[in-house]
Amino acid sequence: MAEREYDASRYAPPAEVEEMELPHARGFISKYVWSQDAKVIAIQYGLTATAIGLVALVLSLLMRLQLGFPNSLSLLDPGSYLQFMTMHGMIMVVYLLTAIFLGGFGNYLIPLMCGARDMAFPYLNMLSYWVYLVSVLILVAGFFVADGSTGAGWTLYPPQAISPGTPGIDAGIVLMLVSLAVFIVGFTMGGLNYVVTVLQARTRGLTLMRLPLTIWGIFMATVMALLAFPALFVAVLMMLMDRLVGTSFFMPEMFAAEGGTEHQGGSPLLFQHLFWFFGHPEVYIVALPAFGIVSDLIATHARKNIFGYRMMVWAIIIIGALSFVVWAHHMYVSGMSPYFGFLFATTTLIIAVPTAIKVYNWVLTLWQGNIRFTVPMLFAIGFLFTFLNGGLSGLFLGNVTVDVPLSDTYFVVGHFHMVMAVAPILVIFGAIYHWYPKITGRLLDDTLGKIHFWVTFLGTYAIFYPMHFIGLEGVPRRYYAFGETTFISDSVQALNAGITVAAFIVAFAQLLFLFNLAWSLRHGRESGPNPWQATTLEWQTPHTPPRHGNFGEELPVVYRWPYDYSVPGVKADFIPQNVPPQAVEREPDAGRGGDA
Amino acid sequence: MTVSLILIVAMMAALVGWLLRQSIAERPWVAASGPQSAPLPAGFTAPRVGLLAFLAVVTSVFALTVSAYLMRMEMGADWRSMPVPGLLWANSTALVLASLALQLAWRAAARDQARRLRQLLAAGGGFTLAFLAGQLLAWQQLEAAGYYLVANPANAFFYLLTALHGAHLLGGLMAWTRVLARLHGNADAAWLCAGVELCALYWHFLLLVWALLFGLLLTT
Ligand code: HEM
Ligand SMILES: [Cu+2]
Repeated sequence: MAEREYDASRYAPPAEVEEMELPHARGFISKYVWSQDAKVIAIQYGLTATAIGLVALVLSLLMRLQLGFPNSLSLLDPGSYLQFMTMHGMIMVVYLLTAIFLGGFGNYLIPLMCGARDMAFPYLNMLSYWVYLVSVLILVAGFFVADGSTGAGWTLYPPQAISPGTPGIDAGIVLMLVSLAVFIVGFTMGGLNYVVTVLQARTRGLTLMRLPLTIWGIFMATVMALLAFPALFVAVLMMLMDRLVGTSFFMPEMFAAEGGTEHQGGSPLLFQHLFWFFGHPEVYIVALPAFGIVSDLIATHARKNIFGYRMMVWAIIIIGALSFVVWAHHMYVSGMSPYFGFLFATTTLIIAVPTAIKVYNWVLTLWQGNIRFTVPMLFAIGFLFTFLNGGLSGLFLGNVTVDVPLSDTYFVVGHFHMVMAVAPILVIFGAIYHWYPKITGRLLDDTLGKIHFWVTFLGTYAIFYPMHFIGLEGVPRRYYAFGETTFISDSVQALNAGITVAAFIVAFAQLLFLFNLAWSLRHGRESGPNPWQATTLEWQTPHTPPRHGNFGEELPVVYRWPYDYSVPGVKADFIPQNVPPQAVEREPDAGRGGDA
Repeated sequence: MTVSLILIVAMMAALVGWLLRQSIAERPWVAASGPQSAPLPAGFTAPRVGLLAFLAVVTSVFALTVSAYLMRMEMGADWRSMPVPGLLWANSTALVLASLALQLAWRAAARDQARRLRQLLAAGGGFTLAFLAGQLLAWQQLEAAGYYLVANPANAFFYLLTALHGAHLLGGLMAWTRVLARLHGNADAAWLCAGVELCALYWHFLLLVWALLFGLLLTT
């Protein structure tokens, strides 16, 4: 390939990379509290999400105690089981995963990987975090009000969400709905930033097709979230009106023990449509960033270019677009027309195609790679297994006839924990091990990391794999206890006890991880600027951790894609994105092979 | 959900089409000498793209509410359409005038006519406030005539849609206040022009939304 003179201005017009005016922080408060620096905001998001995520983890342990040892411990009553289950699910999906991927990794990585000084609108970005924090506090307030948090299930289906008999219908449900609305407002502020920064603030030479897949994943997830969260927003407003003023958007006429209710004619199905119009894209809002990050982890730690980069980008885009037309696969048992169900089963199964392409490409990237079994790599491989597993059970559930008997059983619980709980969490861990050195300048401890990985990976399998079998027996989800039935065999109880033990072991391993995070901050091995010999821009900053403004005096210029690993004929086994072709050192005997 | 789907598909298609143009001819693995992707057209500044993205979000909010409206109409047997108060015609006129004033203000800002800009900007805000006051009055009239919020889903949707729309205008007024404050603080002309432009575009968009909502209320 002939190398023409490189003219950076042909890639990005100067306007695109105009120097931005950064708000300068003076003093501790404006630097670390009311900070407008995306890196600080990222840490704030990350710590808040982790804190609330730990609450959700403790809730799941309490539920597991009840399920595993129903008669020996009475920590929960049936009502609080439902309350804990609801809070656990909602916190994990929205307040942990969405917040940490987009608010946490998005904020940290977008400006750095795009070669920008900061987000496009730093003030809005700061506001986004504080609004998120308020939403978390409102949510937590639910634990402390008189009747406790809502027990409606994370799907919040009316009528039961606001009807007598469900825990938390006085203040709990209101707090949940308000908190969600506030979260969405805060997210929108951040989301606009992520989108505009990717589109506008890329440095010279960084064309869209030279973006790391991490950025593609986060970008597309943000686009989806911006379009899908409004559905939840609208549903939440309408439910609040039903609950507080007595309208009948969703609430049908019902006859409670003490006579009728004030509502009339509302449609619970309408809520289900709105909820899942948000709810299904939400699955991919947490999956796409994970896809992106895992691609970069695999390429970096296998020292190979990602297989089929363009296919990977288009798969992300197609998955994002298609996930808006599959929502009704969550409503197969809502009495819809079979033709409708068939339509949605078809679209659902079509999504499996781009998803499978991604999995093949990951595997092909690993194929004959010079794999370094670092902790981030272990987590990435763990993700592949878990995601594949969850994806396969998804194929079962996507088919109407199979879903109908399995719906609302532990098969579903096992499926979605595999695919959208454990798989993304593994990526988050891998990403933290990968980028911690950039954030702190020190590596996390390797041995602790490996223990953390193996216990978490095998442990989560031990927790969620057996749930599929329990589900096949027909054991329903969202039950506090199962009592005497004809269809639940004794082995189910034994499995449940085992699952609970595994859950505690996994939870314990997370303490190791937290300890590692804190301990390595001071005592970790110094990492230097680029411990993994990675190509992307965040590893090429003049300071580690990067300072305010990220790149010192001059913004980097990009000459290549982020996957120049093991390029034939080149001395080093990686070429950073900002190394111009003239500066690449070649093997003396090799001809001018390759494109580098 | 048809309405929402069509709009979201249209927005997605616009994005995908644009990405396609950016990427179809690229060979990402080729260093430096790779073909050039089309850069963003010159007019695409960060604030404009930011506004565009925000308008997409607002479109999604209203499309979904309207979808819910149409679905709820079919789903319950209890829908009784509500007469649209005549006052809404007057309000609509006020909103058109507000939009017009801001459009002219934008032009004045571009030509650096400070006095005219000040007057027109004030007029834009004034008409908007008049619109909002008119909407409140319409609510009162409806209450007085017995069309309570809880009496019928048609009423509830009327209040919900007008409230959502009004809230978005109020948000716009916050930006407007900021521009006005800067105007009196003698900000630089380029900043002002960009600010007025964003306001004008946002107002036009909300006018369009209102026209569609009003049409919906009149015809159903
Ligand atoms: C070790 C980690 C975890 C354990 C032991 C665990 C355990 C549980 C249990 C026992 C339930 C209640 C099942 C039922 O009664 O139907 C549940 C529900 C749920 N979990 Fe987890 N979970 C874990 C992690 C996660 C994560 C990371 C997510 C993030 C997506 C998540 C999302 C959910 C959701 C959405 C529900 C459904 C709540 C509902 O039915 O309304 N879980 N989990
Ligand atoms: Cu789904």
